[in-house]
Amino acid sequence: MTMEFSEHIKTANVDDVVLKLPLRPALKGTLCVTAHHLVFSERKEEGSYQLLLLLRSVDAIEKSVENLLGYPQYPSAGPGQRMTGLSGSSGTIVIKCKDLRILQFDIPGMEECLNVASSIEALSSLESVTELYPFFHRPRELSLSEPWGLSSPQQQYAQTERLWDRWRLSKVNRNFSVCMSYPRTVIVPCAIDDITLAKAASFRQGGRFPVLCYYHRSNGMVIMRSSQPMTGANRKRCREDELLLQAAIDESEMGYIIDTRSAQQAQQARMAGGGFESKAFYHHWRRLHRHLERGKVLQESLIKLVEACGDPSQNMDRWLSKLENSKWLSHVHSALSTAGLVAECVERDGHSVLVHGFEGTDTTLLVTSLAQLILDPASRTFRGFLQLLEREWVQAGHPFRQRCAHSAHSHARLRQECPAFLLLLDATWQLGRQFPLALEFSEVLLLRLAQDAYASDYGTFLCSSEQERCALQVKENTHCLFQFLLRREEREKYVNPLYEATDLAIWPSVHPQSLQLWTGGQNMPKPWTRLEKRSGLL
Amino acid sequence: MEHIRTPKVEQVKLLDRFNNKTTTGTLYLTATHLIFVESNVPGAHEIWILHHHIASVEKLSLTTSGCPLLIQCRNFRVVHFVVPRERDCHDVYSSLLRLLRPVSYDELYAFSYNPKQNEQQREVGWQLIDLTAEFERLGLPCDQWQLSDVNRDYKVCETYPRDLYVPITASKPIIVGSSKFRSKGRFPVLTYFYQEKKAAVCRCSQPLSGFSARCLEDEHMLQAISKANHNSRFVYVMDTRPKLNALANRAAGKGYENEDNYSNIRFQFVGIENIHVMRASLQKLLEVVGTRSLSVNDYLLGLESSGWLRHIKAIVDAAIFLTKAVTVEGASVLVHCSDGWDRTAQVCALGALLMDPYYRTLKGFMVLIEKEWISFGHKFADRCDQLDGDPREVSPVFTQFLDCVWQLMEQFPQAFEFSEWFLIQLHEHVHSCQFGNFLGNSQRQREELQLKDRTYSLWAHLLSEQHNYLNPVYSPSFAERHPVLEPSTQPWNFKFWRNMYHQFDRTMHPRQSILKHTLTLKESNSKLEDTAHTLQAKLQTLGVSTSPLELHSWSREHRLPPRPQSLILGAPLSRKEAQQEEEVLGEEALEDAPDGNGGERTVEGSSATENGYGELQSSFSSKNEPAMVSLEFGVARMTC
Repeated sequence: MTMEFSEHIKTANVDDVVLKLPLRPALKGTLCVTAHHLVFSERKEEGSYQLLLLLRSVDAIEKSVENLLGYPQYPSAGPGQRMTGLSGSSGTIVIKCKDLRILQFDIPGMEECLNVASSIEALSSLESVTELYPFFHRPRELSLSEPWGLSSPQQQYAQTERLWDRWRLSKVNRNFSVCMSYPRTVIVPCAIDDITLAKAASFRQGGRFPVLCYYHRSNGMVIMRSSQPMTGANRKRCREDELLLQAAIDESEMGYIIDTRSAQQAQQARMAGGGFESKAFYHHWRRLHRHLERGKVLQESLIKLVEACGDPSQNMDRWLSKLENSKWLSHVHSALSTAGLVAECVERDGHSVLVHGFEGTDTTLLVTSLAQLILDPASRTFRGFLQLLEREWVQAGHPFRQRCAHSAHSHARLRQECPAFLLLLDATWQLGRQFPLALEFSEVLLLRLAQDAYASDYGTFLCSSEQERCALQVKENTHCLFQFLLRREEREKYVNPLYEATDLAIWPSVHPQSLQLWTGGQNMPKPWTRLEKRSGLL
Repeated sequence: MEHIRTPKVEQVKLLDRFNNKTTTGTLYLTATHLIFVESNVPGAHEIWILHHHIASVEKLSLTTSGCPLLIQCRNFRVVHFVVPRERDCHDVYSSLLRLLRPVSYDELYAFSYNPKQNEQQREVGWQLIDLTAEFERLGLPCDQWQLSDVNRDYKVCETYPRDLYVPITASKPIIVGSSKFRSKGRFPVLTYFYQEKKAAVCRCSQPLSGFSARCLEDEHMLQAISKANHNSRFVYVMDTRPKLNALANRAAGKGYENEDNYSNIRFQFVGIENIHVMRASLQKLLEVVGTRSLSVNDYLLGLESSGWLRHIKAIVDAAIFLTKAVTVEGASVLVHCSDGWDRTAQVCALGALLMDPYYRTLKGFMVLIEKEWISFGHKFADRCDQLDGDPREVSPVFTQFLDCVWQLMEQFPQAFEFSEWFLIQLHEHVHSCQFGNFLGNSQRQREELQLKDRTYSLWAHLLSEQHNYLNPVYSPSFAERHPVLEPSTQPWNFKFWRNMYHQFDRTMHPRQSILKHTLTLKESNSKLEDTAHTLQAKLQTLGVSTSPLELHSWSREHRLPPRPQSLILGAPLSRKEAQQEEEVLGEEALEDAPDGNGGERTVEGSSATENGYGELQSSFSSKNEPAMVSLEFGVARMTC
């Protein structure tokens, strides 16, 4: 343990702590704070319960102390009980986790309680990525020399022979100089050279020029993604960008641009330098607007949903109106139906599609990855799904670090938090509900991914881009979650026993009656909540 | 047949209620069914609608493409036809109007339905569910409870069954006196006995207490119930009505038990609304979910304002209260509402389902329905509108009960031997009037109608094809571990039952069904076992000795019967009662039609076109859909 961590730990061990979990009897044991974990071990001879909580997964901590001399909190405790600290005083801390678990610890001794609380506060919000647990997680069965990651644009390209005559791999971004948030290699039309790409990139927000993300084998149509074009108020144009899009389709063909903003939002974006592809300059492309909520609105929606689930009154009407008010299911609906639209363009109408919104790092990825799940049987396998997430979210530069900094319980002021990835997992779960045989993985995998996106033993979801990952040597110094999940003994926990591969597209029903609230099983109120201790260390 | 003017109309269009899809076909009108057969498609899609299932027929105003006919069914099917000629439409319309409102029992389908069974089979069918055996199973009669013959001739209460169980200390004068003090003479009788704690669940109707009336016999009766249980010094009296309703009843000389007069009771209101509120609630619910292009927010708000899930939760809450009182406190409970045949039936039946794993088996569930609903006089004829009667008597009380059971199934997927498909079949037949079980309002009336001699029993029919209704994940050991179910009443556990209310709306459903998959696996398994047996037999004839394979001995009789085609099972829409109607159409016309939707290769009827993700047809002028008559419909109403 380095100095910096131990500085934060004033009280490392407290005995006679009572842990209260919802729907479970209270447990008594020892609480221990380490650099990255909170460890609770029940004091019992056999079958004792242990809880290992990654401190990073603490979203909010609430403490209250009482100094009621003469009112011992647990008079029934055995005669040998030792009161620590100020006799008769005690405190309670409630830990609300990013995966929505809520734990309550009753700690004897006010000082101990305050110490533990402040340690948790400090250690759960470490700023530096390299101080985080994945850089220290060294399980015996894994070695750092093992491959990191499952997929790359190179592999995707190499495996899709039919891409070769019209598409090429470009290393224009090898130094991350053209686009900070793209990987080093991307797939682009053969007809477009790197100089043109660089120019097109300068016309797109954050340099995210249109790249291929999916090739539809049955008709050769593709799905591409990018960020918005920077047309600005003066309707600037960029020949290179137009050429790039033109080269993606044949002379005679037409393509669709699915803009994940409303037409009005796209118009307004021009005032801030952004914009949209005008019909006049992109003759062969037709733009459709599908408004998807993003950023703060989504985050607030999640917060409201979690609040609604925590409502102690068991009033049906209140629940339904709170659920409605959270709008969460509306967001699930929009995500699925926009993805359905993209898939419909590709498969049914036989047109290529470009998807973008503003930055092209959130709703864009949500739509392109869901569309692939609908269309592509390969992405519905266990490995295929993880590869999809790796390509479309990790490598494509979804800013996990900002988006998943806090979850629904945090009192911190919202900055760039947004549960776009959670929304993807929810929509995937809906697909799994409608097509219980089509996905090779089960709900348990989705829950695991939701948990790890917010706090993990592994390095996969660290950082916001490949560039950052390279700079911090994440791949050299952490283990890869996806590789770990694919190990045979792990994999078994997450497979869907009913899986039967199908080559067909799976068109989800998007009637409100067909959508369900994802409660994460076990009658728990929240998505992705599991009470069990994390697999791993202890 | 004299009501049928036009038995066949061609070139009729069927409009899907949630998208712009139309199907052209021929409409047939028979004495029992309205049938639509899609034309010119191999494996054509058919719709069979039993006249009894039709709740309302509406002729909408004439359009350019013809005359629209909107038919709404009690099983929540809504069909919208466009008939090319106005005269044909009118003929069908007026025939249906006459056919869907039978005025006498003799006109009901059950009296003409003939499943090709002989008299003996019919008789055996009626004996399958035996309530005497059920009370024996509960350990009755016993030292505290006896079988009373007071109602042998339906003299004391004409809506009760003949056999009633009462406390041994309740003498005949007490019973008679009590019955005179209870609405419709429905005095307190035992309906379930929890042997472990010797606690009884009893049911009755409201007392005729008015503002101050008393009845010593009735007070004795409750005392007798209390004394029959040594575990508890008092009896819970659950009035399942909202307090306000009970208060209002006092003005009409009815009311509720005054705790001061009944020394040993604990009185409790549980607040389930009356049949009129429930009728309106379902109507509102169906309106909401029948809306075209419904948004998620409007759906949730509509769900809330319909109050349907609130009512469902109220019934489950009441059943949980009952269960806790009996199983945890060991107290006996007397349940009543106004007449004791709607809410009381719901709560007693659901409570028993929570307390006793037997009722969660296929046969046990039939027994439960036979007991709590049929024998104790739930007015099926009135509530389900079997004959042309008072629309204010119609109410989805039984539907609500099935909905509550489904909610429990969602929470305890392993606890029930039957699947939701079984509940849906029950609902279908409560309205179909195809079998005798649910006809009429009371046992007495059923005897007068001689149903056992003139109609067939649904239970026999359902048991004969029980393979279709089994829950593949049912675990009897779950029942051992959880004899009493303790459902969560968190509001998110109460869900809209899509497979019931959208049973016939194919675009709503999950596109792959676990149930169907498991049934298919079972079928192919039994086929493989058959093959193994055949091969083994062949080997034996060839004189090759083999070690006998460890197989379940599935003989030919054990072969699974053909699976019904249903949306719930994920199969394409099709007829249901077709087996009995071969004279109209060939049998094998519609074995699975996987490519039924226009050659589009998709999973199990999932289709991009039906979902309406976007309005692509307007784009690039390539794929214009045929011009559509725009009609304001999609509002499903049960005329009840």
